[in-house]
Amino acid sequence: MIYLELFWSFFQIGLFSIGGGYAAMPLIQNQVVDIHHWLTMTEFADVVTIAEMTPGPIAINSATFVGTSVAGLGGAIIATIGCILPSCIIVLALAYLYTRFKKLVAIQGILNGLRPAVVALIASAGIAIFLLAIFESNPVSLDFSDVNLISVILFAASLFVLRKFKLNPIYVMLGTGIVGMGIYLLI
Amino acid sequence: MEVDRKTYWKLFISTFYLSSFTFGGGYVIVPLMKKKFVDELNWIEEKEMLDMISIAQSSPGAIAVNASIIIGYRIAGVLGSLVTIAGTVLPPLIILSVISLFYTAFRDNVAVNALMRAMRAGVAAVIIDVVINMAHNIIKEKNILSLLIMIAAFIATFFFKVNVIMIILICGGIGVASTYYKLKKEAVKK
Repeated sequence: MIYLELFWSFFQIGLFSIGGGYAAMPLIQNQVVDIHHWLTMTEFADVVTIAEMTPGPIAINSATFVGTSVAGLGGAIIATIGCILPSCIIVLALAYLYTRFKKLVAIQGILNGLRPAVVALIASAGIAIFLLAIFESNPVSLDFSDVNLISVILFAASLFVLRKFKLNPIYVMLGTGIVGMGIYLLI
Repeated sequence: MEVDRKTYWKLFISTFYLSSFTFGGGYVIVPLMKKKFVDELNWIEEKEMLDMISIAQSSPGAIAVNASIIIGYRIAGVLGSLVTIAGTVLPPLIILSVISLFYTAFRDNVAVNALMRAMRAGVAAVIIDVVINMAHNIIKEKNILSLLIMIAAFIATFFFKVNVIMIILICGGIGVASTYYKLKKEAVKK
């Protein structure tokens, strides 16, 4: 039952990604790459790249992408519904509670504990994509003769531009892509 | 405020438009929603909007979707939230469906391959940049528990491949426990 699996996977992604945007990334990687093998790590990195450059939340973007590639348009719709259903239930419940109690100590507590954890999870997913980008073939081996120097330079230059000039990430990614494509095609 | 067919249409068009043209996720779309619904349409008051945004941010899921659910609900009830969900979700659903069709067709193209490969280095830089900013904010708090959680969560997920959901549940639990412990200690002092 591929529809049910898609629904349940993205339901969990929707339910446990707290903190918006990048917080969903480690969960998507966990479900889609590690558990279900719907995408390879390379394809997942491509989805993150595409999601960064198109409008809309990364969770919805990847739900659509994974759903379509696994089970067509129906899969995309099922995965997207799974992804937003927890939000619908919890946001409406919280809105109701909020108007009645105004301050929710437990939720503040959960957020205090989660904020640092979410940073760590995003860092871990970011490093996984970084390793994929700089190693030629097998990122698990950590064999340094296998490092792709062009990728390292592209990464360092992008990070420098981002930190120094606070440029819009989309321009940085597009710029890196176009410059890198030129280099790869020339050599 | 009176809710009629025009209200639903306006809700749908507003969220559809915002979702189609906002790159960069929740932190970008939320201020634009405020501008639309508070400043332009005058449907929601500023202070109420801030409360709604904090609910959207503290709930699980995408912030843009959460914010649109709560705005739709506030203006036109459950039906209103269904309309705003559709408006927010349809643009990425349509765009990504089209792209994923192209993706399978162009994946093996040499130029596309080189482009995606180079952009991966750029994406890694964007994510690391975000992580540096977020970690900096945590470190600035000078809260030892937060620092310990951050380090422990990183080791658990990166080196020991502990399930992400497990980490989230445990850290949320630690957060609740420490908040109640602090409240209790303050109560005893008084």
